[in-house]
Amino acid sequence: MGYSALKIFKEGLFGQKGWKPVWRNPEPKAEYDVIIIGGGGHGLSTAYYLAKEHGITNVAVLEKGYLGGGNVGRNTTIVRANYALPGNSEFYSHSLKLWEGMEQDLNYNTMMSQRGVINLFHSDGQRDAFARRGNAMINQGDDAILLDRDGVRDLVPLIDFDNVRFPIYGGLYHPRGGTARHDAVAWGYARGADQRGVDLIQNCEVTGIDIEGGVVKGVQTSRGAIRAKKVAIVVAGRSSQVAEMAGMRLPIESHILQAFVTEGIKPILDQVISFGMGHFYISQSDKGGLVFGGDLDFYASYAARGNLPMMEHVMEAGMTLMPSIAKARVLRSWGGIMDMSSDGSPIIDKTETEGLYLNCGWCYGGFKAVPGSGFSYAHLIAKDMHHEPASQFRLDRFRTGRGLMDEEGTGSQHNLH
Amino acid sequence: MRLPCPLCGDRDRREFYYQGHAVALDRPARDAGDGAWDDYLHNRDNIAGEVRDLWHHEAGCGAWIEVTRNTVTHVVSGARLVRGTAK
Repeated sequence: MGYSALKIFKEGLFGQKGWKPVWRNPEPKAEYDVIIIGGGGHGLSTAYYLAKEHGITNVAVLEKGYLGGGNVGRNTTIVRANYALPGNSEFYSHSLKLWEGMEQDLNYNTMMSQRGVINLFHSDGQRDAFARRGNAMINQGDDAILLDRDGVRDLVPLIDFDNVRFPIYGGLYHPRGGTARHDAVAWGYARGADQRGVDLIQNCEVTGIDIEGGVVKGVQTSRGAIRAKKVAIVVAGRSSQVAEMAGMRLPIESHILQAFVTEGIKPILDQVISFGMGHFYISQSDKGGLVFGGDLDFYASYAARGNLPMMEHVMEAGMTLMPSIAKARVLRSWGGIMDMSSDGSPIIDKTETEGLYLNCGWCYGGFKAVPGSGFSYAHLIAKDMHHEPASQFRLDRFRTGRGLMDEEGTGSQHNLH
Repeated sequence: MRLPCPLCGDRDRREFYYQGHAVALDRPARDAGDGAWDDYLHNRDNIAGEVRDLWHHEAGCGAWIEVTRNTVTHVVSGARLVRGTAK
C-alpha cells in the first residue's frame, strides 16, 4: 500500500477504515539466508538495503522487544555530515545523501528537516579548528559556512553573545544538517523491508549463536532454533553480550547518555546548535519542545537512566548559552545505552567466524548513521566485501593500532570519548 | 551516586574521576604481544551486572580506589584502596 495525498483524502471521506497494518507479524521459518540480530534503526535499514540493493529477501530481523524500541527511539534526532577525519568523512557524507532521498525512496514521511546545524565557537583557536573542519567538509563535497558573530546573530538571535567566559565569536554552519522523526525512520525501513519479503520477528530474543568448525550455522532464540547461512549482529547497547555468544570480546564499554525535552513553546530556534564550551546541543521539535543534551555521565552503565551531576551540568550549560529558556519546564529526561568504542568510531566488519558479521560501536552518533550503516552493512553481508565509504571501520584496527579513528584527537582510550 | 572512599567515607560522585575497568591494574609486559595489549587497552568484558572499576578521588584525598559496582542498578557494594598496586 503506497501513501499519497489522494489516499489520505479518500480515507478522510470514508472514516479512515481503509488503513491496514504496514508490516506482517510472521512466525520464524526454520532457515534463512541471512539473520539480522537487532530490529533497531541500523538492523531495519540493513534488511531494507539487503532486499532493495542486493535482491536478498530470504531474511529475518530478530528483535527481542519491539521494532525501534532501543536507541533509535531514544535519541535527539540530529542528522549531519560534519566530520573531518578520512574514513568518517566519506561515510557520513554518503549517509547524509541517503537521508536526503529517504522519504521518496521509502514512500514514508520521516519528517526530514534540513534546518541546519551550527557549532558555536568562543575563541580564535576554536575558530581555526572549525575553519579546518569546514574545509574538510567542503573537500568531501558537503556544505560548510564559517559564520562570524553577526552571521550567527542573524540566524539565532536568542542566545547570549556576550557571556563573559564564553562569548560567541561565530559558528560553523552546516545547512544540509538537521533533524528527522526518529521513530518514523525505523517504521519506514521496517515497512520497506517487509514489503520486499523480509520477516520482521518481534519478541524473539537471541540466546546463542551456533558455530561449527568456525562457520556460523544459525542462532538459538526464545522462539526456538533458526538456521542461517549468514548472521549479522547489530545490537547497539548489548553488543558485548551478543558478541560473547560467539566467543568474542569487543573494544566496547557501555555508557549512559542523557537527553531532555521541555514543554512545547512557540518557535524560538530554527536550527540545531551546539555550544562550544563543552557538550551541550539543542534544537526545537516540530511540536515546540526544546530537545537538548550534553555529555556522557562518564561511567560504564546499562541502567538507561542518568545521575544528577550531568543533569545539573547540562542545565547550567543551557542557561549559560540561552538564558531565555529559563522558565521552560523540563517534561522528561531519559538515558540511552551507548556502545562506546575506545577510539570513538564504529565497527562494520567481518569476524573470525565465517558468515558472522559485526556492526557496533556507534558511540553517541548512531542516529545520523542509520541509512549509511545499513547500506554499507548490507553491502558487506551480500558481497563479503567492504563498501568503500565504510571501509575503514575495521575491527582489527584496535589490535594492530593501524587505522585507529580518533576523530576528536583525544587518544584511543575508553574514558576519553 | 555516592562512592565509599576507604579513607574519607561516602562521598559524592562529583569528587571522583572515572578511569574505567580495573583491568588498568594489570598492565602486560612490554613483550606480551599484541593480543595481550589489545585486551589491556581496548577489549572489555563490559558486563551488565557487577563490575570492578577504578576511580580517582581527585577532589578529595587523591586516592585511587577499586569500586565494586552494579552497572544495571548502580548499587555500590564495596571499595578498596589500590595503593601499592601498579597502575
